[in-house]
Amino acid sequence: MTAVTPTVTLKPSGGLRRRRIVNRIMEIIGWAAALAAVAVLFIVIISVLVRAWPALSWDFLTKPPALFGPGGGISSAIVGSAIIVAMATALALPIGVLIGIYLTEFAPRRVARPVQLVLDVLNGLPTIITGIFVYGLLVIGHGQSAYAGAFALAIVMLPLVARSAQETLLLVPSALREGSLALGVSRWRSVIGVILPTTLGGILTGAVLAVARAAGETAPLLFTCSIFNPAVSTDVTKAVPNIPVLIFTYSEQPDQALHEQAWGAALVLMVFVLVSSLLAKALLARSRRKLGR
Amino acid sequence: MSVVPSQYSLRSSTRRLTDRIGDVALRVITALAALAALILLGAIIWKVIHLAWPAIQHYGLSFVTGKTWDPVKHVFGALPFIYGTAMSSLIALVIATPLSLAIALWLSELAPGGVRGVVGSLVEMLAAIPSVVLGLWGILVLGPFLANHLEPWLHDHLGFIPLFGAPSPTGTGLFTAGLILTIMIVPIIASICRELFLQVPNELEEGALALGATRWEMVRGVIIPSTRTGIAAAIILGLGRALGEAIAVTQVIGGGTTISANIFGPIDTLASKIAASYQGAASGLEASSLLYLAAILMVIGLLTNLAAQIIVRVFDPLKGAH
Repeated sequence: MTAVTPTVTLKPSGGLRRRRIVNRIMEIIGWAAALAAVAVLFIVIISVLVRAWPALSWDFLTKPPALFGPGGGISSAIVGSAIIVAMATALALPIGVLIGIYLTEFAPRRVARPVQLVLDVLNGLPTIITGIFVYGLLVIGHGQSAYAGAFALAIVMLPLVARSAQETLLLVPSALREGSLALGVSRWRSVIGVILPTTLGGILTGAVLAVARAAGETAPLLFTCSIFNPAVSTDVTKAVPNIPVLIFTYSEQPDQALHEQAWGAALVLMVFVLVSSLLAKALLARSRRKLGR
Repeated sequence: MSVVPSQYSLRSSTRRLTDRIGDVALRVITALAALAALILLGAIIWKVIHLAWPAIQHYGLSFVTGKTWDPVKHVFGALPFIYGTAMSSLIALVIATPLSLAIALWLSELAPGGVRGVVGSLVEMLAAIPSVVLGLWGILVLGPFLANHLEPWLHDHLGFIPLFGAPSPTGTGLFTAGLILTIMIVPIIASICRELFLQVPNELEEGALALGATRWEMVRGVIIPSTRTGIAAAIILGLGRALGEAIAVTQVIGGGTTISANIFGPIDTLASKIAASYQGAASGLEASSLLYLAAILMVIGLLTNLAAQIIVRVFDPLKGAH
């Protein structure tokens, strides 16, 4: 018997050390990147908080902007934003849910896929283009108005609502659908009476997220609902003041007092958006639990 | 003997009628809603082209290569803004791509269980900050910081590269816009990539580790190759967002019409030029030239998005992994 002499040396080459170091460096980069993202979020939130603080007061939330001199608040913009976003939601939510139902319950695959593609493309369309479209459709010849702004925001919201409705509807266990049909319940009754109620949480989540997105959108409103109007206005055939456009126009001014107001408005907007996002997350977790996923 | 109650069959047949109507009605109504979405996209494309038509007829394609935008002399060209759009998106992508991949890998592979969910939500919250708020922060906080610290430092140490020219006095410029866009697209790319990385089958990852690969070698050898097309789609989606962002960019880019190699200088992107001129153009020709810019932006935006969606649909990101 002859001993086998290994042709490869079994002594450590030192390569392992190098590989471990590379691995360690990459892990550190991962930690640093995650830290950087969280840090940027906190820096933005804290700087908005700090700068908005002097502006905040009861008057700031309840008084319209002062026409001359300092003081005044953003109540007219809050009311205006609420009107526009409510109108946009009233338009986008039902149509979006109907599209979601069509895609999951009725559409054959070869029809559903192009519709989904169109929704995704609509979702990625620059929102300023949406603004230009509505400008050409409703503003030229009629002037800016709250309903033009609401229509533009509804276009931004529609794909979000439709896609999230579709995703929740897909989560409904097919046993539920089949059980309902097996009991002799017709299609439309089982959609309205069985499937929709179980997906209510998910659809609400999508709606809240879409509202949060729409509330902060400025670009679609620039050409449709941005004429300066300091008074509280509820006339939807005229342009109403709103928070995003207010922040945008104030931030472009050199006046310090206006900057302070812009920070205050930014805080109001950000709190609304972040609270709605958290609310949506909680709703989603609840509805997932209910659907057993 | 009992008789089958005739009442029952009668009621059942009327119910069947309402059900038949209900089924058809629901199908038709939902189909109409879906059709409305298709018509909407068509209408947007048609309307924007229609609005830009006078300028398209006046200039033809030479508008795209025109270097001057001078409302006083009535000379309009889109090239400075196409350059601004390309450069600001490029800056954003160069910084955001490695950063968001690192965040996604950290979230899917490295993060300890307790903080994983929290950090994931925080990154998503970053995406929820309205662009107008981010722009306000960019113009009043980030801009002055860049003008006083980062830009002079880069100019002093890397000034031999023409990109890092004289710092901007106020902190508004192409570079600031690129950074703001980075903040906007990092959460988008990172959250898509995290989902992709989590879909890579565990057996593959464990197999690589069992063969003696380090974690990084497992990432480089297994995770990245099997999700490559998905990563590409995520980056293109981020690009689409960066190209089309109007508000935050308008606030921080400074506004200019000269192409210069210095990335600290002011310029405009297609979207920001349109947004900055919302208060009304002086002449009809300027207005329709702005609409021509919008048409160019729309075509670029549509193509980018379509590309990303087609990549996602045609190439299953995990085709190689299954």
